Amino acid sequence: MLSAIGMGSLEELFVDIPANVRFPELRLAARLTEMDLDQELRKLSRRNRSLECGPSFLGAGCYRHFIPATVDYVLQRGEFYTSYTPYQPELSQGFLQAMFEYQTMICRLTGMEVSNASHYDGATSLAEAVLLALDAGEGRRTRIVMSPYVHPNYRAVVDTYLKGTDSYLDVAEERYDGAIALSERIDDETAALVLQTPHFLGGIEDLTGVADTVHAKGALLIVVVDPIYLGLFKPPGDFGADVVVADGQALGITASFGGPSLGIFATRRKYIRRLVGRLVGQTEDSEGRRGFVLTLATREQHIRRAKATSNICTNSALGALAAAVDLATLGERGVRRVAELCFHKSHYAAARISEIPGCAVNTQAPRSEFFKEFVITLPVDAATVISRLRKEYGVIGGYDLGRSLPGNDNRMLVAVTEMNTRKEIDRLVAALHQIVA
Amino acid sequence: MDEPTLYKLSADGRSSVALPECDVDESKIPSRLMRDAIGLPELSEPQVVRHYLRLSQLNYGVDTGFYPLGSCTMKYNPKASEIWARLPGFSQVHPLQDPESVQGALELMFDLQEQLQEIAGFARVALQPAAGAQGELTALLMIRAYNRWRGEGQRDTILVPDSAHGTNPASVTMGGYTVVEVPSNKTGDVDLEAVKAACNDRLAGIMLTNPNTLGLFEERIGELVELVHGCGGLVYGDGANLNALTGVTRPGDLGIDLMHFNLHKTFATPHGGGGPGSGPVGAAPALAPFLPGPVVERSQVALGEHPVYVLTSPEQSIGRMVAFHGNFGMFVRAWAYLRLLGAEGLREAAMHAVLNANYLRVQLAEDYNMPFDRTCMHEFVCEGAPKGTSIRALDVSKRLMDYGFHPPTNYFPLTVKEALMIEPTETEDKETLDAFVRAMRNIAAEARADPHALRDAPHRTPVGRLDEVKAARDLIVSEET
Repeated sequence: MLSAIGMGSLEELFVDIPANVRFPELRLAARLTEMDLDQELRKLSRRNRSLECGPSFLGAGCYRHFIPATVDYVLQRGEFYTSYTPYQPELSQGFLQAMFEYQTMICRLTGMEVSNASHYDGATSLAEAVLLALDAGEGRRTRIVMSPYVHPNYRAVVDTYLKGTDSYLDVAEERYDGAIALSERIDDETAALVLQTPHFLGGIEDLTGVADTVHAKGALLIVVVDPIYLGLFKPPGDFGADVVVADGQALGITASFGGPSLGIFATRRKYIRRLVGRLVGQTEDSEGRRGFVLTLATREQHIRRAKATSNICTNSALGALAAAVDLATLGERGVRRVAELCFHKSHYAAARISEIPGCAVNTQAPRSEFFKEFVITLPVDAATVISRLRKEYGVIGGYDLGRSLPGNDNRMLVAVTEMNTRKEIDRLVAALHQIVA
Repeated sequence: MDEPTLYKLSADGRSSVALPECDVDESKIPSRLMRDAIGLPELSEPQVVRHYLRLSQLNYGVDTGFYPLGSCTMKYNPKASEIWARLPGFSQVHPLQDPESVQGALELMFDLQEQLQEIAGFARVALQPAAGAQGELTALLMIRAYNRWRGEGQRDTILVPDSAHGTNPASVTMGGYTVVEVPSNKTGDVDLEAVKAACNDRLAGIMLTNPNTLGLFEERIGELVELVHGCGGLVYGDGANLNALTGVTRPGDLGIDLMHFNLHKTFATPHGGGGPGSGPVGAAPALAPFLPGPVVERSQVALGEHPVYVLTSPEQSIGRMVAFHGNFGMFVRAWAYLRLLGAEGLREAAMHAVLNANYLRVQLAEDYNMPFDRTCMHEFVCEGAPKGTSIRALDVSKRLMDYGFHPPTNYFPLTVKEALMIEPTETEDKETLDAFVRAMRNIAAEARADPHALRDAPHRTPVGRLDEVKAARDLIVSEET
């Protein structure tokens, strides 16, 4: 091959590179064979306490839900996972159709009209939803009103994204009285109201009438949801939301130390030209056969460059495929059943825990119904409880709220899903009894 | 082959999965909040499996065959990495677990940060960005924070070469900057005179892809960096094309201040049909305090034989880019790839990627015009119309499908007419490259003899050429059910 290109050595290919920085000696560990590396990686993986080792009640934005075997079977098809963005639709009908079906199912689940083909995760979906609202405000609206019960990491990501704009985040820190009260904060300079339901602490927001107040002021309503919640409860689309975003990890994606996940992004038809990310549309080939293509590319960076709706290119297509297979396998009744089990089991756990002397459940304002997740106020600090639960009882407890919300060191956020058996819940309750006694 | 949609296959009451009985007392679900039907399909498990298996058969991946999609580095993805990323100690770990219970994950992340720093010559690397474009945005927000901190907040423009990926100018806008486009010169390099003209105290920096999207190494990189630094600007390196340089040169040594890596290109994590990717960012010492956080650090404390790893935020961090720690599943695969190759293997990979590209470039030059008569790096751009024909690049691409190949990137970069951007990667053997050359030569011959056959291509794919105009006009983006 070298002689075919008229060269004597591989080194000759690199003469354009300044000689003083060419061919550095890299100090990296010596290469290993697959066989040796297998041992090393297994050893390293065992230094993590896997969620399979015992009960876990940790959620806070990343959940353990049942993943049907069909999901990983499909994800491991090389035709899918070793392909890339379907720029050439004739060779990508499989992925394109799967994305079209994903978009359809996400529209049904959220009650919205248009879904993109995925974003990175829930937090970045939210950040882009906020940018969409600022864009729709055409530069005249620079304020984003956000509930203090939006996931703190989501809020942090929105904060980072806003650093590239002249806009700012207004979070009602002092006191939260619910969505309707918060919507009254909106003025003519507000581009959007951001709510989360169930919110970070598990409470269900009453969205009735919120959209009307928001729209009357010319702003957009953005709602962050848990897709599992939507299996049982009315979707934000029914309440007039303009953008619905979610993290799709709960739909067939393993926790994987927090990533990769899937960002769900759905909106109204009237915002379709402001949509971010890939969008699959149905069309026909030269012989009139149905087919699918990426559409409205004129919104996107590879066509529109500096004027694109977003810079996003690589997204989370495989995550969207996982969600699609998960939803198709669970189906209408399965998705509903998962949500019911989460509801009943979390309520059972909350009731049992509230009986423990010194423990109280969901004391925060405002009072609301909850789903899947709730807050325990403990007589001792949560960090100690979580550490003792793991070391002495083999239980991964909840999330220490003091890590995100100052002044909440004695509060623990607990998630209960369909994966937690009654036996596991009882084990948590018994352990808490002993620890706080 | 026409595969019905899930909804067409669905039948009421069918289901795949039995979920356990509820083993606790049921609570009352507030009925005013409950929804009616969701509108999801109902299928049996065999139906689901066959549906997706058939769909997979309508798709083309690197595992199917040669995929020379320029700028995307479609190299082979080692299968062992798929097993390793799925080990329960990696895949079943929660991001908010007590750090003491995730020391293996943190050690892997720390070691990956260190290896990327060493490979590219940076002081510090943050792994959080979810993809290359997010890495770009991260770097621009860091430049902004750095300039404000040093009292140079007036800097508001970023230079972007006309050959840059579309993500570059789009990221500049999201970062709150104004794009100033710089032209390429006759040799395919950035026009230094144009850069010089834009060098003033409003310049925040330049986004530089090197090798650039024409597959050429910027010959006067030293002067360019000096020019931009000379007027107080920063040089951002787009790491999309790093596959040409691993073990060959280090972007940090070339004077680049910030760069994103694409783990899904250079470090062989699969592209997943369009993600998930992973776009870590590396920074020179002055910019390192502004990296997104948390990052992993090795503390002074040890736990038995192991040092203790902790998550900390860089001192002047721009903040968080994603909800948790980044795409950890991709970190496992990239880490494994680096351990399988080592320093020696990384240099071999770059050398063979460059050799393969030059081999194709020379073999195709007889039939396709090469606008730049230079040794290329890991990819090259040719004019898609075979010499002496008026066939379009798109026609050549569609016809390539009939020969069993995935087409190269079309119509990019915009600076070459009817561009075909070809990146073979190092994981293809000579026989595959020769077969591709034969196909490209045959297509050139067909273009001269029977151009119609090309304009109607592809003929052997599940569907023929699709009407993209109709799709954009009809905007059917979900199924009526």
